[in-house]
Amino acid sequence: MNTKTLKKSEKKGFFSRLKRGLSKTREILTTDIDDLFTANRKLDEDLLEELEELLITSDIGVSTAMDIMNTISKKASEIKDAHSLKQVLKDEIIGIISQVPTTTNTVSEKPHVVMVVGVNGVGKTTTIGKLAARQTTQGKKVLIAAADTFRAAAIEQLTIWAERAHAEIVKHKDNADPSAVVFDSIEAALSRNVDIVYIDTAGRLHTKINLMEEIKKIKRTIAKKMPQAPHEILLVLDATTGQNAISQATLFNEALEITGLALTKLDGTAKGGIAISICSTLNLPLKYIGVGEQIDDLQDFDPKAFVEALF
Amino acid sequence: MFDNLSNKLGTAFKKLKGHGKLSEKNITDGLREVRMALLEADVHYKVVKRFIADIKERALGQEVMNSLTPGQQVVKIVNEELTMLMGGHHQELVLSGTRPMSIMLVGLQGSGKTTTAGKLAIYIREKGFHPYLVPADVYRPAAIDQLTKLGAQISVPVYPSVADMDPVDICREARGAATKAGCDTLILDTAGRLHIDETLMAELRRIKEAVRPSDTLLVADAMTGQDAVNIAESFDGVLDLGGVVLTKMDGDARGGAAISIKSVTRKPIKFIGVGEKLSELEPFHPERMSSRILGMGDVLTVIEKAQAVMDEKQAIELEKKLRKSQFTLDDFRDQMVQIRKMGSFSDLIGMIPGMNKAKQLKNLEVDDNEFVRIEAIINSMTPQERRIHTIINGSRRKRIAKGSGTRVQDVNKLLKNYAQILKMMKKINKGGMRGLGRGMLPF
Repeated sequence: MNTKTLKKSEKKGFFSRLKRGLSKTREILTTDIDDLFTANRKLDEDLLEELEELLITSDIGVSTAMDIMNTISKKASEIKDAHSLKQVLKDEIIGIISQVPTTTNTVSEKPHVVMVVGVNGVGKTTTIGKLAARQTTQGKKVLIAAADTFRAAAIEQLTIWAERAHAEIVKHKDNADPSAVVFDSIEAALSRNVDIVYIDTAGRLHTKINLMEEIKKIKRTIAKKMPQAPHEILLVLDATTGQNAISQATLFNEALEITGLALTKLDGTAKGGIAISICSTLNLPLKYIGVGEQIDDLQDFDPKAFVEALF
Repeated sequence: MFDNLSNKLGTAFKKLKGHGKLSEKNITDGLREVRMALLEADVHYKVVKRFIADIKERALGQEVMNSLTPGQQVVKIVNEELTMLMGGHHQELVLSGTRPMSIMLVGLQGSGKTTTAGKLAIYIREKGFHPYLVPADVYRPAAIDQLTKLGAQISVPVYPSVADMDPVDICREARGAATKAGCDTLILDTAGRLHIDETLMAELRRIKEAVRPSDTLLVADAMTGQDAVNIAESFDGVLDLGGVVLTKMDGDARGGAAISIKSVTRKPIKFIGVGEKLSELEPFHPERMSSRILGMGDVLTVIEKAQAVMDEKQAIELEKKLRKSQFTLDDFRDQMVQIRKMGSFSDLIGMIPGMNKAKQLKNLEVDDNEFVRIEAIINSMTPQERRIHTIINGSRRKRIAKGSGTRVQDVNKLLKNYAQILKMMKKINKGGMRGLGRGMLPF
């Protein structure tokens, strides 16, 4: 993001911002959602097929889509027209997401340590920049650990974000041991009376055993300094990703016990439906969504608003 | 990554093959499985719909119904249609026209453009060209630094872009700088952008008009879901792409995006990224990949990889050994150094026909440190033990463990893995290899 274009964006509510992002979807999708739900359409085979297409092209996954379709078929008697179908669909999806317990981030000890993990290119560094900025504007003291020592210029990128967010940063040289960076960061955070520590880790494919071992070690290193930490482990997912996101979430969860998800790049045409399947199958809360490149383009996830904007 | 798709299709085909005579219902049921497999692999809904409709039409036609083995006929049709969908032969990078030439890389944020730029630089340098890297991403923090560092790592000159320059100017001015530096091919690393961002898409068009690149490649993530068609269509619409690079193919994505992108743009996938190292870029061979989707493996790639690091004689020997199952522990150790040069062990196994279907091999992940241990263990065996592994009993195992400074469990593990590989090779050589007849196909 260019500093030139970093215009002071007006504080809009979650809904309008998300809608702004997702509304572009409507223009591109071949199936016009509003057409699909026009009030006087009858519930017939064609409508159901279009609904199936709508669900599957949102990346919600075949099995979740089939489950939803089955429920709708069972409730067919109470669905008189397309309009009530829309309501049943929304309720169904909200039902899936709302089963997941929402954990509250009560800061029990200082610093509160948040590890941010994910595959390559999902937006971990940008998400940390946004999260840090959010906390510093609330008067919190934030420290960022530059534990992605592998990718070229990852440290430089994070340094720029730390400056923008007015957060402190602890960094080593390229190719340093990430666990050492994390160790120093926690030590620094403890001595400097920091409120929140965000740990930026290198992107890694969930199937690489060595790299998954490395990230487990990072977690153990944190616990050595602070037995209760990390207090949160946030898995960042790209909304553009399809069914593979399930595999990502499953394997990262097995390795680290993820506490929440962040879904990025929702300002494109991808709808990130896979997050719905992940929430329900792994019982993980979706906490944040990224809807743009500006520093304040990160929102708390609200199931009702999300579904409203989706359909 | 296509392995998962092949497994799914394998199950679908099994159901079809079970029937001596096919009714319309059999075919519909079988194709439903194929449809689910493709959708779960992230192939776009509309692409799947068309694909299934085409197959169904052919499958219900005379050629199948009159055939003695209708089930296999349907499988053949699926194979043919899939091959057609994936495209014909490997298409090379277009490097032609007046020098300096340019290759332009475009794509969404985080798809892997910068890493691909570094990999392509190495690729064209090996072909005898002189690459020049041009960082044209002035938006993302430290993007220019990233490419500059990669350039330094591989000793390729990098244009000294500055973040407050206009990307179009950077690309235009870099041409003169490249010629001065004695380079003939520019690799333009543009900023990641959303395909619906009109301002930034217009910027790409201006770069293209200013530089007239000889090839324009869309860099796309292999894990992309249903949105792949929108992304590919938009970029192709604005830029008339020359081809596609699919990145992060070393994960476990099912790879439906490849089929979707190819199907909507008709543009070839030219390369695949298979790792984070800058050498990990491979030319994409559609004909090999579609046989891999259908579970027929990819012996050619294995042999080609081997040839890149060994001399031809050695490669032929390895091929012979792979085919004849005469793969002793001695060979195992000798090939280890070469195998390490060729990429990860599990990658290689995945390319051997039939191996991707072997469930017991799924947990056979050998990490690089383990190579050292394996070598030590084999070195501690007697020549006879290395030739005939079955004679290694309990007391021999203890001795070997002691001699190699490992535990008996490590020795057991190695022997178990080795025995599995041998077993698989025997199976393959009995039936999996191409050209052994239709009935022998693994599905």
